Amino acid sequence: MSTATLGTDTASKPRLKTSAMIASIAAEGQRTKPAPFGHALVGLAKRRPEIVGMTADLAKYTDLHIFAQAYPDRFYQMGMAEQLLMGAASGMAHEGMMPFVTTYAVFASRRAYDFVHQTIAEENRNVKIACALPGLTSGYGPSHQAAEDLALFRAMPNMVVIDPCDAHEIEQVVPAMAAHNGPVYMRLLRGNVPLVLDEYDYRFELGKAKLLRDGADVLVISSGIMTMRALEVAQRLEADKVGVAVLHVPTIKPLDTEAILREAARTGRMVVVAENHTVIGGLGEAVAGTLLRAGVAPVFRQIGLPDEFLKAGALPTLHDLYGISTDAMAASIKGWL
Amino acid sequence: MDTAIDTTPLGHNVPLAERAYRIRRNALLMGEVQGQGYIGQALDIADVLAVSYFHAMTYRPEDPHWEERDRFLLSNGHYAIALYAALIEAGIIPAEELETYGSDDSRLPMSGMAAYTPGMEMSGGSLGLGLGIAVGIGLGLKRKNSASRVYTLFSDGELDEGSVWEAIMSAAHYKLDNLIAIVDVNNQQADGPSTQVMAFEPLVDKLEAFGWFVQRVDGNDMDAVVAAFDAAKSHPEPKPRMIVCDTRMGKGVPFLEAREKNHFIRVDAHEWQLALDALDAGRTA
Repeated sequence: MSTATLGTDTASKPRLKTSAMIASIAAEGQRTKPAPFGHALVGLAKRRPEIVGMTADLAKYTDLHIFAQAYPDRFYQMGMAEQLLMGAASGMAHEGMMPFVTTYAVFASRRAYDFVHQTIAEENRNVKIACALPGLTSGYGPSHQAAEDLALFRAMPNMVVIDPCDAHEIEQVVPAMAAHNGPVYMRLLRGNVPLVLDEYDYRFELGKAKLLRDGADVLVISSGIMTMRALEVAQRLEADKVGVAVLHVPTIKPLDTEAILREAARTGRMVVVAENHTVIGGLGEAVAGTLLRAGVAPVFRQIGLPDEFLKAGALPTLHDLYGISTDAMAASIKGWL
Repeated sequence: MDTAIDTTPLGHNVPLAERAYRIRRNALLMGEVQGQGYIGQALDIADVLAVSYFHAMTYRPEDPHWEERDRFLLSNGHYAIALYAALIEAGIIPAEELETYGSDDSRLPMSGMAAYTPGMEMSGGSLGLGLGIAVGIGLGLKRKNSASRVYTLFSDGELDEGSVWEAIMSAAHYKLDNLIAIVDVNNQQADGPSTQVMAFEPLVDKLEAFGWFVQRVDGNDMDAVVAAFDAAKSHPEPKPRMIVCDTRMGKGVPFLEAREKNHFIRVDAHEWQLALDALDAGRTA
């Protein structure tokens, strides 16, 4: 610690890591694309005049402002009122519109759950819900960390649940959401979104898992940003002569059980499910149930967020702490081998 | 003001009081099927439903999804017994289905749900949903340049729900003059008199302050209800419209009107016929 008088020698103090809200989860130097959701929606809306955009005072923070600028007469600001947002979206869909509804994942899954459940899912309305800050992508603490959104929406009948990995995938998910007739929940990555899957000749298909790379020793089954981490881990472990396969499962529901069982049944590989979500009720337990019901019993490990209220802090710090950074994930897998 | 009874879509003309009597009778017959039901509410709201379905609204009984129909959202899903009674009277549900009320595989479940019943536009049961959906429908109708209106009935107890006030704010913000909301003030909710469970008065002042065109009427005075619906439809200001209806639970069956007020009025097995008889006596009186 500096002994200098406060305020006169700040340069010598260690720079504190910030928990401030960030516009992008991209690592420094990573390739990115700006606002893929907003741009994809604008492109789609040209061909689908029934699309309207609705938000609860978070257009700017969910990239819906791009749609609002392109189609001001098709954009509905519902105020900071998520229950109204969901109910009104149901009413719009009742009249033949296709609302794309945005807010934060915490508010859609927790504040407005009954309204999504009853006015959208139970009535099977054609509403698309796209929510920013999924899982642990905010340093603000539990108020903004949607650690349980997948579990909540997975449990809801009629609801399709998608956890895309990167900008390349989001661009393809948006038209796929529209092509599906019924309610869909999508985890939204906003701002400058990492660009990864374009290098893997990847195409998103609703309900399909895709093997992005093969490997003889470990099968990582992952969704969302954890697929990006898994691909980095696989490259690193290659140097240690450990073969890591990565099965990307962006559609959490309906789950591609066929692909999961096919890959998990290959003998001799440890199965690691990696998700940016609490270990309760998400992809990990969905895969575990799939394997158990089919009598497939590989060595099974889970990487995910613990069953506790997560801390506030800088995201890289928190991702290391809770084991979902590339470093932490690589260390966990090496330790399990 | 046009107070003539317009039943053009039905092609026949029956006085509204007779419609209300038949709605009450249908509801009592359904209550008898299950030995229970929210009959106190059905009896109190029958006059409002008679005016809605046989004076105010445009629809085609044979085509419940007709695009140009007025929409009716039952937010208080436990009033389903009352709405079924009206839908039967309107010819949207066949009268033969009345005896299936609340039974397995019936299209008439005890709490209203959109997928089950022709003419049921939303799934209620969880209170405080209807007005928000109505806002979305009002916005959607305006997008389509539709002349249709959206009506929604909700209960005074639902005024406790924050989501109702979210919808009240937004309907005024969007100047939804195609939205007519009806709140049934029977002053009774699950835990007691609504005004004691959570004070909501002065309701008219509050709603006017929120930017609505508000009328308060005796919801069991047919002429007053007709006049209120007519004024709600013809009011020139670009505001959403609210009709606050003060009603009497059990209306039309004196011994139920006099019974100690309760959210769920108890009717003993032998009393259903007595209630029907009392209703008939009131009709001929």
